[in-house]
Amino acid sequence: MASPHSNTVPPNADGDDADRAGATSAHSAAVDVLLEVRDLHVAFGRHAVLRGLNLVVPRGQTLAVIGESGCGKSVLLKTMIGLIRPTQGQVCFDGRDLAGMSERQLTSTRVRYGYVFQQAALFDSMTVGQNVAFPLRQHSDRSDEEIEQRVLSRLAQVGLPASVAPKKPAELSGGMRKRVGLARALALDPELVLYDEPTTGLDPIMSDVINELIMRTRLSYPVTSIVVTHDMHTARKVADRVVMLYPLARLAEDEPQIIFDGPPSELDRSGDRRVSQFVKGEAGERISELRGA
Amino acid sequence: MANSASPSARKTAPNPAAVPQTGSGHDWLADLGALIVDATSAIGGFAIFSGRTLAWLATRFPRGDTLWPNFYQVGVLSLPVVALTGTFIGMVLAVQSYAQFRALGLETRLGAVINMSLVRELGPVLAATMLAGRVGSAMSAELGTMRVTEQIDALASMGANPIQHLVVPRLLACLFMIPTLVIMADFMGVVGGYFYSVVILGIDQHHYWRNSEQFVGNFDLFSGVFKSLFFGATIALVGCYRGFHCAAGAEGVGRAATAAFVISFVLILLLDLLLGIMLEALYAYIWPEGAKLF
Repeated sequence: MASPHSNTVPPNADGDDADRAGATSAHSAAVDVLLEVRDLHVAFGRHAVLRGLNLVVPRGQTLAVIGESGCGKSVLLKTMIGLIRPTQGQVCFDGRDLAGMSERQLTSTRVRYGYVFQQAALFDSMTVGQNVAFPLRQHSDRSDEEIEQRVLSRLAQVGLPASVAPKKPAELSGGMRKRVGLARALALDPELVLYDEPTTGLDPIMSDVINELIMRTRLSYPVTSIVVTHDMHTARKVADRVVMLYPLARLAEDEPQIIFDGPPSELDRSGDRRVSQFVKGEAGERISELRGA
Repeated sequence: MANSASPSARKTAPNPAAVPQTGSGHDWLADLGALIVDATSAIGGFAIFSGRTLAWLATRFPRGDTLWPNFYQVGVLSLPVVALTGTFIGMVLAVQSYAQFRALGLETRLGAVINMSLVRELGPVLAATMLAGRVGSAMSAELGTMRVTEQIDALASMGANPIQHLVVPRLLACLFMIPTLVIMADFMGVVGGYFYSVVILGIDQHHYWRNSEQFVGNFDLFSGVFKSLFFGATIALVGCYRGFHCAAGAEGVGRAATAAFVISFVLILLLDLLLGIMLEALYAYIWPEGAKLF
């Protein structure tokens, strides 16, 4: 399924593909693009994870990236913030290629990002309050009182009482840690928030709380969000647009890695068996692979 | 889908021409090549990591709240074990040397041998070894755990440079604290050697110190402390590098901690040899007549 926001043109495309690439560039110029991925390839040694990805994320959009485990969703997210360098291609944030930035420029650009990690990635050695205050102390001249106020307000925003601030992350439940991670990611009012599997490992109620927080964050100010998930409930609830990646190991050389790009409502109407299988949670021919094993 | 065949069915079979030959001659050559490539890559990676650390060190001094806990961890908490080791090494030297020196009627020279060995070699090397075991491995395990749990990525994602935030304070702590620890190891070793030689073995106190004074100079003390600065930097950089490049999982963290100690220890001994040769040459160049510094 095609989308005006993305294409899956391989590098050095010719003919129609080149026209599509040109059309995408023209479209990128027309909309207010915050993040653009151009012909992205990522490989670790000989193991390729992403191949020829093109993706345009307009400002204010909530994009869900879905796909089975190992398809490269988290690698894509880390490449989008410059934690992983592309083997080939570009990731442009607000028109500037991350790979072309110096270490200092990249560091200052990342202040405009928020990143919610799969396991929250809170600093063990610090309290919850110190964790949320960390980006504020790093990048603002606020006084201690102002920082404290901001920390408490961010914790309240994610539904946590002030009493958790002096606790260590190890004393919190998984859901609370995720919410602290979200509070920390939002501390500096980022323009782009990246969520890596925000509901993985949580019970259904806590998952819905996190979904609600993602939506409320967007309502509170015009943030752009990219949510990597394999939870279809999350994708349908929070996203304006869904992109589905497929593992390279299961694709032929000439097949695009993005097998779906469109609004969540279109997921059920996709004619691609791989998409409908994933959406319905059906193993399909994978069962025969198990028998073969 | 353009192609109606199933994706798994379309996976191409391996090309026989692309499969490596498996003759034994080819195997060892391939293994040797891989070993050289890996070693070169590791040395290059470590050099880049060290260079970036020194660049951050020169650019921005770390904040006190990241610096002082590392000073405490490296310096204060290592003090008891280094002092204890120094004391025992001084006494062991006395025990091992006494019989031979007594046979030659030179037992009053024990002070010179014990104290010279301590301040030039054993004090710095043992303090560095204790530090590599206690602090280097701990740094590697801590940073490895931070790597595995994505805390290092979290730091970077918040616009904080992980090298500046995590490595520079540890390097500074090792650089500033190891001379103090070496002096403590030297002092306690001298006390331990004196206690066993004079109090237990009954060697004449006056001659014990007189011989020490004759043979041990300030240059010996200086050379030990000077070498320790390199040992400290090695412990911090190797520990942090192994932690930053730790493999996934508990096994990866364990291996990183072990490798940090083993590599540090080997490098400490190698540096000790090279710096020893260099300092001897420097001494002979400055004081060809054998005069002492200061």
